Amino acid sequence: MTVAALALEGITKRFGAVTALDDASLTVRAGTVHALLGENGAGKSTLMRVAFGMLAPDRGTVRVAGTAHTFATARGAIDTGLGMVHQHFSLVPALTVAENVALGGRGRFDRAAVAASVRDIGAETGLLLDPDARVATLPVSAQQRLEIVKALSRKARVLILDEPTAVLAPDEARELLAWVKRWAVGERAAVLITHHLADAFAVADDVTVLRRGRTVLARGVDGLTESALVQAMLGEALTVASGAPSAHDRTGAPVLALDRATVVDERGIERLAPTTCEITAGEIVGVAAVEGAGQAELLRLLAGRLRPSSGRATVPLSVGFVPADRHRDAVVLDMPLVENLALKDAAQARSWMPWPALRSETDALMSRFDVRANGPTTPMRALSGGNQQKFVLGRELAEGPVALVVENPTRGLDIRATEEVRSRLRAARDAGLAVVLYSEDLDEVLALADRVLVVHAGQVQAMPPDRTRVGRAMLGAS
Amino acid sequence: MRSVALVLALTAIAVALLALILGASGMDVGRALLALSRGAAGSWDAVLSGTLVRATPLLITGLAITLAFRAGVLNIGAEGQLLMGAAAAAAVGLAWPGLGLLAVPTLLVIGAIAGGAWAAIAAVLRLRFGVLEVISTLMLNFVAQYLLSWLVRGPLQEPQHIYPQSASLAESARLATLVPGTRLHAGFLLGVLLAGMLAIVFARTAAGFRVRLVGANPAAAISAGRIDAARVAFGAFVLSGALAGLAGAVEVSGVTFALYENLSPGYGFSAIAVALLARLHPAGVVGTATLFGALEAGAVAMQRDAGVPSVVVSVVEAVLILLVVAAEQWRTRRVAAQVGA
Amino acid sequence: MADAVAAFLEGTVRTATPLALAALGEAIVERSGVINIGLEGSIIAGALGAVVAANAAGTGAGLAAALVAGAAVAAVFALFAVRLKADQIITGTAVTLLALGLTGTLYRTVFGAGGAALGTPTIGPLAIPGLAALPVVGVALFAQPLTTYLAIALVPATWWWLERTHAGLALRACGENPAAALAAGIGVARVQAAAILFGGALGGIAGGTLVLAQAGTFVEGMSAGRGFIAIAIVVLGRWQPIGVGVAALLFGAASALQFAFQGMGWQLPYQLFLATPYVLTLVALAAARSRFAAPAALGKPVES
Repeated sequence: MTVAALALEGITKRFGAVTALDDASLTVRAGTVHALLGENGAGKSTLMRVAFGMLAPDRGTVRVAGTAHTFATARGAIDTGLGMVHQHFSLVPALTVAENVALGGRGRFDRAAVAASVRDIGAETGLLLDPDARVATLPVSAQQRLEIVKALSRKARVLILDEPTAVLAPDEARELLAWVKRWAVGERAAVLITHHLADAFAVADDVTVLRRGRTVLARGVDGLTESALVQAMLGEALTVASGAPSAHDRTGAPVLALDRATVVDERGIERLAPTTCEITAGEIVGVAAVEGAGQAELLRLLAGRLRPSSGRATVPLSVGFVPADRHRDAVVLDMPLVENLALKDAAQARSWMPWPALRSETDALMSRFDVRANGPTTPMRALSGGNQQKFVLGRELAEGPVALVVENPTRGLDIRATEEVRSRLRAARDAGLAVVLYSEDLDEVLALADRVLVVHAGQVQAMPPDRTRVGRAMLGAS
Repeated sequence: MRSVALVLALTAIAVALLALILGASGMDVGRALLALSRGAAGSWDAVLSGTLVRATPLLITGLAITLAFRAGVLNIGAEGQLLMGAAAAAAVGLAWPGLGLLAVPTLLVIGAIAGGAWAAIAAVLRLRFGVLEVISTLMLNFVAQYLLSWLVRGPLQEPQHIYPQSASLAESARLATLVPGTRLHAGFLLGVLLAGMLAIVFARTAAGFRVRLVGANPAAAISAGRIDAARVAFGAFVLSGALAGLAGAVEVSGVTFALYENLSPGYGFSAIAVALLARLHPAGVVGTATLFGALEAGAVAMQRDAGVPSVVVSVVEAVLILLVVAAEQWRTRRVAAQVGA
Repeated sequence: MADAVAAFLEGTVRTATPLALAALGEAIVERSGVINIGLEGSIIAGALGAVVAANAAGTGAGLAAALVAGAAVAAVFALFAVRLKADQIITGTAVTLLALGLTGTLYRTVFGAGGAALGTPTIGPLAIPGLAALPVVGVALFAQPLTTYLAIALVPATWWWLERTHAGLALRACGENPAAALAAGIGVARVQAAAILFGGALGGIAGGTLVLAQAGTFVEGMSAGRGFIAIAIVVLGRWQPIGVGVAALLFGAASALQFAFQGMGWQLPYQLFLATPYVLTLVALAAARSRFAAPAALGKPVES
């Protein structure tokens, strides 16, 4: 039996009360491509950060080519021959390709020598790059090549690629995967972190599936069926109390509507393909997607926070919106609660601010939504995450909107707060609001939604909240 | 109430610091502090003709800085905006000496417009071209200083063409004296009124609330408040310049009565300290501007009577800013640590 | 006429010397992602350090003291701006005030109210045999004090260091994308603190130059805004050492022209020449559209 290129054994990692990894393991054979699969939050990235020395595990062993290592920093991992390409590149756009490759070295910087080594790696691996090109001018696919070249220039023998196809166009993704397959021979190996089944089947020799921090499947890809893989990734549904489905009459006119709406980002890449959909009063429409599939754009179109690049969005002014990044987009931490209440649609406020009335509104909101704080003048910063979220949700519902768009509303909340938020959403639906809910927790979407919009690679498709169908569609399984 | 306590505390710290520095330099601390207090508050005349006259430009310019910083605009060009306001007011006052009762209001409005226009250059550069306002306003300070220097030697020079200064304004173009026999002019009252107005604007009006939101968290102002943050910041920038320009006009119309090259001993920079020490609260600015006015008026007396260099007060001002900055950082971190964020 | 031109060139280089020294240091600081408007404070501290030490132990000690004093003022800035992550503009303003006040006070304490140590030793011009006799440019370029040659040498030296050493590369990465620099194992805070100290030291030498090679004495506030001018020079020079050198000469020329015209008795609005470089800087910034060439993370405290 040959020695594994990389082996993680019995890794446990806790963050406070949360167990991110629970006795997880991964064995990568030399000469293979290994797909590491799992839903959002299954622990894939945490496991790889442990492997790469960016996180110290509470228990367990990291072996590279048979030798156990305890890395203090990423530097140690790099020195043993590991290389990692993060989903969010760590490149310096203003510097050239060669300069980015050389970053972190010591002594004299020999531009010509670094350029030559970039060319050598290119000739050897096919990852062609102009060493003198400024990174800011490179397309994303070339930036990704550069990240790989950076790792290779440090003599990486095991490459860990975190969601490498997420930022690429389909052709570029195919090309990259084919390259990984060609490269991982001999003593080299590649780990592909992904939630796209197709990627795994396209190039992987072995797969490991993580679910809720545990390794639930580890085997060769030969003879593995797609449904077995989906089953392993999604597991049995957690019991999220489903509650009664919508009793509201859903034959009314649509409240929110998109008509062939698209979103094109500043680099000209289409994040959302032409989408037509209608959300009517009295339903919760769940949005299921893996990270970066285009759901953020879809939600912002529906909330009236983003204008479509083409097509039409019909959205009334009174839409409540609870964005995922609360601290950045929803509140002002240094202002008191009453001012955070007034923040909503502050652009519409005229002449004098009715603070006494707003204070009693804040009081009412606090008691109605069970926001635990001293009073309306308490700064937002002093509230726990759960109370902040309840406050934001209450604020967005306060003025009787006709629709509500919520994004990851229970992330980071404890069980009690989570349950409260969920029942609020149901109550809003029952009161006749059109509700759109995205959550990275698929079971939460399924438990609350009357129907589901699945977003995969910018394509939106509607379906009933059937776990297997939704799960397969969002992972891109045929 | 809190701002009164703040100013008292700052005053106590300032005096203690001063004593420390003077003691360390081997000077006669008692004599120097006595001279300082006499110069700043030893008599009605010291207060009215010294401290408060000196405080007036600091007060109005401090409000200018407060408005800009509250909106997240780092306007460090108040000095240039003040000079342009002074120049425009003097030019109009000299060109039309017969405005009568309208002269003073006209001068003040013209000064505000000129200061606002000078700030608008930097505001447009930021909005349209993304030029950092810190750099552009710094450049514009120099340009304003040279423009002024040229004006008092060129088109606005006094008739004899000897001194680098303009002719004097007509009596009708001068701000009224508040207390007969002193130099205290109506500009101080105007500053206090403006401080009250700005405090009300911030605390009670929708526009002031939007300014605070944009400064505190532009992303949330845009997403949750649907505010056009760039427009709000632009408006605050220009208005800030207008206030600084007004301060220049007040100085010309209330104190110097003519345009001089060295009209401002750096009011625009001291005003940053004044505004920051008041933690960007307009009411607090009245207090800190008065404190700085007293320090600077007292420093002149201290230099004259005790031989202590007047620049020593800059040290006090600087250390006060650094103390406030450090306390602020410490407080933010402590709150963050408590919440566990 | 040739004499007038030679005098103008000499004046240009002389005025440009302290500006170039301070601006080259500030360019390094800004390339690391920090804007230090407390540079003015380093210059005035350098000037005082120079006059005190030169009176006690000669010009060599004067220059050394200028360097140390400039760096010491910058250390206060680094403590607040890097260690405490305080706002760089506010901290810089405070540091400038602090240094202007302290130097004024200390000067009187050391030299008494009479002030002015007229016997301060100075650095004379160091003529390079042969070259100094060249017509027109000879005196301007080859009969200058030591600090001018230092400024000239620093242009290629800082360029080489920035472009051809790993340390320079790391510093540029800190100013452009501190997160990526951290990921590459670079101690961003350490790099920025070191850059600030270096910039302060050069600012100090600029102040020393004012005393030892030009004025021959100390005057309260004699830095006269040169720290701010240096920031303008950095911007006009597009954060590149060579550009900074040229921009410093341009600013020097603008003020030398003033004296040239006055010397010839021409009544020209020389203030307009003085203002020109600043207007040029603004136009250059606007024409460059957005913050092209400025370090992307300039002025932002680094979260780590």
